[in-house]
Amino acid sequence: MTTDLNTPADEPEPRDHAATTAAEADAGTGTTGTTGSTGTTSGTASATTEATHSATETASAAATGAAQPGSSAARPIKGAPVAPGAVAAIDPRLLVRERGFKGYLQEFGRKLRGGELGSVPVVVGLAIIWAVFQWKDSAFLSPKNLSDLSIYIVGTGMISVGIVLVLLLGEIDLSVGSVSGLAAAILAVLYVNEGMSEWLAILIALSAGAAAGALHGFFFARIGVPAFVVTLAGLLAWNGLMLQVLGTTGTINLDRDSFIVYLTSHYFVYIAVAYGVAGLAVASFLAAQLLDARRRQAAGVPSRPLSEILVRTAVLAVLAFAVAWRLNEYKGLPLALLIFLVVLIAYDVLLRRTRFGRKVFAVGGGVEAARRAGINVTLVRITVFAISGLMASVGGLFIASRIAAANQGAGTGNLLMEAIAAAVIGGTSLFGGRGSVWSALLGMLVIGSIASGMALLGIEASVQYMITGGVLLAAVVIDSVSRRTQRSAGRG
Amino acid sequence: MTATPVLALRGISKRFGAVQALTDVELEVHAGEVVALVGDNGAGKSTLVKTIAGVGPADDGVIEWRGEQVRVERPHDAQALGIATVYQDLALCDNIDVVGNLFLGREITRAGILDEVEMERRSRELLETLSIRIPSVRIPIASLSGGQRQTVAIARSMLGEPGLVILDEPTAALGVEQTAQVLDLVERLRERGLAVVLISHNMADVKAVADRVAVLRLGRNNGTFDVATTSQEDIISAITGATDNAVTRRKARTSDAEDQK
Repeated sequence: MTTDLNTPADEPEPRDHAATTAAEADAGTGTTGTTGSTGTTSGTASATTEATHSATETASAAATGAAQPGSSAARPIKGAPVAPGAVAAIDPRLLVRERGFKGYLQEFGRKLRGGELGSVPVVVGLAIIWAVFQWKDSAFLSPKNLSDLSIYIVGTGMISVGIVLVLLLGEIDLSVGSVSGLAAAILAVLYVNEGMSEWLAILIALSAGAAAGALHGFFFARIGVPAFVVTLAGLLAWNGLMLQVLGTTGTINLDRDSFIVYLTSHYFVYIAVAYGVAGLAVASFLAAQLLDARRRQAAGVPSRPLSEILVRTAVLAVLAFAVAWRLNEYKGLPLALLIFLVVLIAYDVLLRRTRFGRKVFAVGGGVEAARRAGINVTLVRITVFAISGLMASVGGLFIASRIAAANQGAGTGNLLMEAIAAAVIGGTSLFGGRGSVWSALLGMLVIGSIASGMALLGIEASVQYMITGGVLLAAVVIDSVSRRTQRSAGRG
Repeated sequence: MTATPVLALRGISKRFGAVQALTDVELEVHAGEVVALVGDNGAGKSTLVKTIAGVGPADDGVIEWRGEQVRVERPHDAQALGIATVYQDLALCDNIDVVGNLFLGREITRAGILDEVEMERRSRELLETLSIRIPSVRIPIASLSGGQRQTVAIARSMLGEPGLVILDEPTAALGVEQTAQVLDLVERLRERGLAVVLISHNMADVKAVADRVAVLRLGRNNGTFDVATTSQEDIISAITGATDNAVTRRKARTSDAEDQK
């Protein structure tokens, strides 16, 4: 049993496989680039021999900047000096990625073919929806309509952020609509009827939402009741509590000068604010990417090439400044949108860059594995449901703010369905473990665009529901099919 | 061989309801030694491992760690002592990449934010020292083959700098080459001076890497053998509990047939 793992005789089979995969990916992107250092398209034979010789050779070829699109750099390594660790860790069976922008496109194509669709379907869908409505009615992309849309999506979008977290666990929270209505009712009763200070009322409303969510989490994680049933019970119970809190009043109007109404009615009229925020976002993104690349180079691990960073930054810059320009054409940057974006960024960091986020993904990907890694699964579940409740109440307050009232209909109707649909349409998997909070924004843009476009065209709500239902079905179909494709591509 | 074993079990007993799963089981593992734990289905191998790993504490008996009596009530206790357990399955999260899985539960952070760069650097270092070759440390576990997953799982157990690694049927469900990779890795663990407990049904694997074989039968010790000086038949008869068993009968039958030729 002293077989060296690296001896050529041991591994021709997997290597062939990898080479084929790379070649396939190559063909898939439709580029004429070649795979394998010798530059032949019949990558199998050449890749195998080449790789067998020495991984170091390959790596040093890449490191010395042999930038022709045939160099089999395992992953792009920028700059000449390469730490010894990086050289040795390169495996000849790696899925070959070419250097530079072309390699980026290739990898993108390979991911698509492998079923890692990410947010591509929703972005394409959104573009189609916008094109159709703009073609039907030129008022659709008008500054006013876009500005209204951006405020409309905030309330439900906030709720959807919580739903994304619950979906990442592979669970569902049906109570968010009722919890949002309850939060609005608590705020209105405490602030308007009881004359409590507004800040305290907001704090109590948010705490109530978080507590309701934590209660669901407790019954689900600790007692073991299915989340579907617990939150269904919550859907009924919290709606009942909301009606009781509102009492005979029915509808409580919020003061037009109150902070809560200010949330969705305030615009930063100075055009410098919108442009400044866009510029700040782009600059921080670029700085973060460059810093990360530099740290990676210093540590000798693969980093993104400069060209890729610049392309990403450019795309973000175009988007950010286009939105800022459009919003400035009307009343300027809405405060609600700014808050929503900040919340999204905060949750994105929480999920992707903190231990807590890693735990959420781990529990969603495999409960038993997470438990054996020492993760307190019960605590993670309760926390996520509490966050869902908190975000539901945040959303409830924004919705109450937009209509400047809390009423008996709050949190009912299709609010719950919209919040869940937004997360799924945006690309978060219903099966757990895959997704991002940005799907709350993308999904709500789709749903909001359909609603607003239909309203512009004077189409009835009945048709609107049917179309939104169709979009949701399409999103779930894409989710299921992409999951199956990922399985068959070995990435399930 | 050092005088004090890394891990010593004395008189471990465990019962589930009416079933006495383990009765007075003894086991010693020394540093730099691979001990194979064998036994038929239901012999109590998994139960014994669970008592060591803190998943299912024993009802009776003493666990000694480097000569001192310790209590292992929870998985956390075992980890704190330096006992790492690699389970046959269920050990990795499919949706998280290799680096994330290696550091799952003990992520490195910088000011509260995950330090992906440092984790990636250390992952590469670790995989390199163990000569583990995988396509990329940034692909999800789902894209790896069964053998690669098993090696990643074993590599993960090494991150906590353990003194004892327990491998629960690491080669079950693996192909020929992948099995060889895992066995190579087991030998590398021994070279690094770790104590290894290997649970396996596969006698060829046991003969290949183990130094000693501890046999369990019906929840009791049924002998400890030195692999170098014991024949496979002796081990099998200890597992099945008789010199006259299905395996020896089959062997006798086939050799008779050969004699007659």
